Amino acid sequence: MLTYSDKIKDHFINPRNVGVIQDASVVGEVGSMSSGQALKLYLKLDEAEIIQQASFQVFGSPSAIAASSALTEMLKGKHIDEAARVTADDISEYLGGLPAEKMHTCVMSMEALEVAYARYRGIELETELDEDDELHICRCYSVPEQKIERAIRDNNLTTIDEITHFTKAGGGCTSCHVDLKMILERVRAEMPQPKEDKPAPKIAPGGNMTNLDKMRAIQEVLDREVRPGLAMDGGDMELVDVQGNKVFVQLHGHCNSCASSTTTMKFFVEDRLREMVDPEIQVIDTTEHSDELHAPPMR
Amino acid sequence: MTDRPIFLDNNSTTFPAPEGVEAVLPLFGEIYGNPSSTHSFGQKVRHEIELARENVAKLLNCKTSEVVFNSGATEGNNTAVYAALDGMPERKHIITTRVEHASVLEVIRYLAEAGYRITELSVDRLGHIDLDELKNEISGDTALVSLMWANNETGVISPINAAGDIAKQFGALVHVDAVQAAGKLKIDLKEELAIDYLTISGHKFHGLKGAGALFVRESAPFLPLIRGGHHEDGRRAGTENAMGIVAMGAAAALVNRNLDKHIEHMKKMRDRLQGGLLAKCEDVIINGDQMDRLPNTLNAGFKYIDGEALLMMLDAADIAVSAGSACKSGSMEPSHVLLAMNVPLSAIHGSVRFCVSRYTEEGEVDAAIDKIAGIVKRLREMSPFGHTETRQDALSAEALEKHKAYFAKV
Repeated sequence: MLTYSDKIKDHFINPRNVGVIQDASVVGEVGSMSSGQALKLYLKLDEAEIIQQASFQVFGSPSAIAASSALTEMLKGKHIDEAARVTADDISEYLGGLPAEKMHTCVMSMEALEVAYARYRGIELETELDEDDELHICRCYSVPEQKIERAIRDNNLTTIDEITHFTKAGGGCTSCHVDLKMILERVRAEMPQPKEDKPAPKIAPGGNMTNLDKMRAIQEVLDREVRPGLAMDGGDMELVDVQGNKVFVQLHGHCNSCASSTTTMKFFVEDRLREMVDPEIQVIDTTEHSDELHAPPMR
Repeated sequence: MTDRPIFLDNNSTTFPAPEGVEAVLPLFGEIYGNPSSTHSFGQKVRHEIELARENVAKLLNCKTSEVVFNSGATEGNNTAVYAALDGMPERKHIITTRVEHASVLEVIRYLAEAGYRITELSVDRLGHIDLDELKNEISGDTALVSLMWANNETGVISPINAAGDIAKQFGALVHVDAVQAAGKLKIDLKEELAIDYLTISGHKFHGLKGAGALFVRESAPFLPLIRGGHHEDGRRAGTENAMGIVAMGAAAALVNRNLDKHIEHMKKMRDRLQGGLLAKCEDVIINGDQMDRLPNTLNAGFKYIDGEALLMMLDAADIAVSAGSACKSGSMEPSHVLLAMNVPLSAIHGSVRFCVSRYTEEGEVDAAIDKIAGIVKRLREMSPFGHTETRQDALSAEALEKHKAYFAKV
C-alpha cells in the first residue's frame, strides 16, 4: 500500500475548487472510463487573460483528486500563457512529491491543462484524438502509443516501470511489456538531445461535443429509451465505454443469451443514438467478445 | 451508534477472540518450555499444542495425525502444491483457477517454468468455475487440481465436492485452499470427500497471525517444505509457534461450539449492509453469486468512482474496507478476480469489499451504511461521469425487488 504525504491527503480529503464553472471561458478534458481516470478542467479568464477561477471534476484515485485540486490552486491568478507552462513535476512538487507510481495522475492534470490551453488558443493538439486510436498498446488501461512515446520523450524515461508510473501502461496484465520495451528502445534511439524546449501543443479546435459530454448524453439516452424496455424482459444494457464515435455496451440478463436479439438490439440502439447524439455513432457489443477487452491477469 | 472505528475487512484478518488471547497468556509467563523437550517445562507446552490439534481436527472433522501446524496459509499452499507434485513425479499437468490467491497462483505459474503444463480454469460472470471445462482439461497426466473453497474477494463458494470427484476419476490429487471457509462454513473432511490437502490460517477466524494448519490426508503423499527437525512428525521443521497454535486451537473450539450461530449473525449483518447500500446508493453492482456466497462477504461495485478513493475516504471516516486490488508496481491494479469474472470496467474501478465478522454489531452496520452512502455521493458529485441529480433507474428498482423477495424467503 502506498503512503501519501499529509499535503496529498489534505487535498484529497478536502479538495479545492470541485465542480462546474457554468460560464467557463474554456474546458479541457482527458481520460475515459476504461482508463480508470478522467479529468474535466474548467477555467474562467478575465479580459487580461488572467485565470480568475479554476475548477474540476475528476474520476480517479486519491492522487488524481489531489493533483486536480493542486492544479486548480496553482492556476488561479496566473496569465493563461504562464499557466500553460505548468508541468506534471510542478504539480507533484506542489503536493510535496507524489509517489513515483502515481505520477500518471499529475500527467493527466497537465494534459487537461494542455487541452484547455490549446482549445482556448485554437491550436491543434496532435494527441487529443487518442480515444479514436484503434490499437491501444496497453489494453488494461487503454493507453495509446503516442501517449507512451510522448511520456518517454518529455520525462526522459528509461525503464518500463517508469512508463507505468507516468502513463499507467503496463500496470495491469503486463502482457504489453514486450511492446513497451520496443517503443522505449525506438523512442530513445530517436532522441538526439536530451533537453529541448517544450514544443507548442497543437490541437484540433474543440468543436462540438467533448467525449465526456458525449458519454453522459449516451447514458441518458440508454437510461431513458433502452434500458426500461429491456428491464421488462429481465435484461439490461450497460454502457462500458465511449471512444470517439465507438460506443461499447454489454448486455446482461436474458438479453445476452439470445443471439438474434443481440443483433436487433445493436441496430436499435445505434439508431436511437445516431438520432439523439451523433450521426456517426457505431455501437459495439462486447458481451460475447469481452475476453478481448479484458485481458486475462497473466499468461 | 458507535464511536469506535468500524472494521469491515474481516477477510483480510479478524479480531483476536478474547478467549484465545486468554488461553495464550500463560505462554508469555511460566509455560515457556520447548515443546520438543522431554522435561516438564517442554511437556506443558506440548500438552497445550496437542489440545489445539484436537480442536483443529474437530474443526475439519479429520484425524489429529492429519493436522500439520505451520506459519499460515501461504506456507500451507506452497507445501501442498510441492508435496502433491513430488508424489506424482510421472505427471506434468496442474489445474487451478484464475481466481486463486497469489500463494497458489504464483507458485503454480512458477512451476510452468519448471516444465509443468498449467491450466487455469475460467469463471463465469457470477464467479463460478465450469465443471465441464474441468472435465475437458483433466487427463491421466494431471497431477494436481488446486482450487479454493471460497473466494476471498467475492465470497463465491466453489463446487469442491463435484470437482474433487472428477479429479479422483483421473487419479489426480486435490488441494483446497479453505482459508476463507474456516469459521464461516461447515468443513467436514469425511473419508468420502475427495480432498487430499486443505489449508487454513488461524488469524482468519479470530486466532493470531503467524499460525496455520495444513490437512494432509493419511493416504496422500507428503514432502516437507521446511527441513531440519522432527517437529510435526517430520512434516514441518522448526520450533512450533506455540502462542499462535494455542490461539488457533481456542478459536477453533469457539467455532466448533457455535458455528451455526456465527453464520446466522454474519449473514444477518452482511444482508443488512447490502440491503442498506442498495437502498441508499444508485448504480451499485453486487459482484459474484449472491446465493452461493460466504455469509460475511459483500463485494460491491460503485459505478463512476474509484475504489481506492472510496477506501481512503472511508478510512478517514474510521471505516476499514478493502478495494480488492493489489498494488503492483504501485499502480492500482484492477482485481484479477473481477477481471476474470468480466465485471464491466465501469464497475471494476469502483469495486470495494466489505466483510463482517461474528463481532460486527447492528449499530456499526447502520453507521457504516450512512457514511458509505454519503461518501459515494460526494465522490460521484466530484466525478465527470457521476449523476448529480437522482433519477429513476429501472434496474436498481428491479434489483431492489429481487432483494426484497430474497429476504421474504429467508
